[in-house]
Amino acid sequence: MALETPPATQERDHTRAALAELLLALADDEFVTGYANSEWTGIAPILEEDIAFSSLAQDELGHARLFYELLAELRGGAVSPDEIAYDRPPEGFRNAQLAERPRGDWAYSVSRQFLYDTADYVRLECLLGSRYTPLAQAAASVIREERYHLLHAHTWLARLAAGDTARERQHAAFTALWPDALGLFEPLPGEAALVESGIQPAPSAALCQRWLEQIEPMLRQLGLPWPFAQRAAGWEPLLAPHYGGRAGRHSREFAQLYDTITSVRRLEPGAQW
Amino acid sequence: MIDEHDIWQALRELPDPEIPTINLVDLGVILSVELDAGRRCARVLLLPTFNGCPAIELMRDQIRARLEQLGLEARVELAREVRWSTERISAAGRAALASAGIAPPGVPGSTLIPLIEPARCPHCGSRHTTLESAFGPTLCRAIGHCRDCQQPFEQFKPL
Repeated sequence: MALETPPATQERDHTRAALAELLLALADDEFVTGYANSEWTGIAPILEEDIAFSSLAQDELGHARLFYELLAELRGGAVSPDEIAYDRPPEGFRNAQLAERPRGDWAYSVSRQFLYDTADYVRLECLLGSRYTPLAQAAASVIREERYHLLHAHTWLARLAAGDTARERQHAAFTALWPDALGLFEPLPGEAALVESGIQPAPSAALCQRWLEQIEPMLRQLGLPWPFAQRAAGWEPLLAPHYGGRAGRHSREFAQLYDTITSVRRLEPGAQW
Repeated sequence: MIDEHDIWQALRELPDPEIPTINLVDLGVILSVELDAGRRCARVLLLPTFNGCPAIELMRDQIRARLEQLGLEARVELAREVRWSTERISAAGRAALASAGIAPPGVPGSTLIPLIEPARCPHCGSRHTTLESAFGPTLCRAIGHCRDCQQPFEQFKPL
């Protein structure tokens, strides 16, 4: 069921703007993550992973395109998905900072993939119930492919934990990743309107708890860093999340990545391929 | 006089750009074909497979070009309301995949982690196989290994 009963105009505009922010956050997370993953093409530790990370990248860019298309439709088709993706200043991006960090070592990249894709899965599961039909349909399409990402993420989580140096590096990676990973659940501007209208059926804080509940048994069993305290209301982080991405505030490292992502486009804006 | 049946027949001649042994109809990516009253324009609804699959634009161009040969102006649109799934691959399509050395897809699992069911080795038919990697030469293919004939093989991912 689509949003068939338009609320008062002002409220409707507010909800629409919040929906645009949500679509942008979803698309940008996938877009930037896809680019980051593609950096392993040609240099991954083994050939299978070269292919795997390239495929993960291709999947994520496909998902990003789908969400940019929804956004383009929402804006009445006046802008193309490519224009939305490439023709923005860095502060126009709404991805969490987790996505924009340099790839680091192998342990860092696969640990990031684990945290990102498990979180993304929780978010998509929630959006299956979105009252904005195009978004619910997109989530249903994307989530089927994400199951293969989870398979990859779980395999490497266990594989590194069983190693020696690998395990040390995995530890260091998780320690570095936690504040950024929590930034995935930074509430969106206008989130109250999204939840109220059923576009996003649950608030980000609830999704974050759902995610932590799902991954906690695995991470604790493997003895990986778990910087949370159990409270009546759920898991409380013992460190400050890196927020800002959802409001267009990015790390210094994003400047370079942004430059790379948009470099070809800037060579000849509007070129036909 | 051309009719929709002719169009379906024409579409059967179009190979999948990435796995040319299977045609677009057997792959199940054609949702519907509609001919207008004047029989000059055809509307074809196309279902994307994996979202990131780059073949979709090639399919679109192929369909347009083929229908042009029939004297039709083709409108090829992507359908979003219906999702393509590997269950849409026809029996003939599954046979075509197997003959190309690609294990046909199993039933998509309802569990979080799919692909647990070992594929049948397309070389020797053994079920004694393992999944080597969920990612292969294209987004829709994974890599398996047969413990009996000791050969690697590709398998179509259930979706």
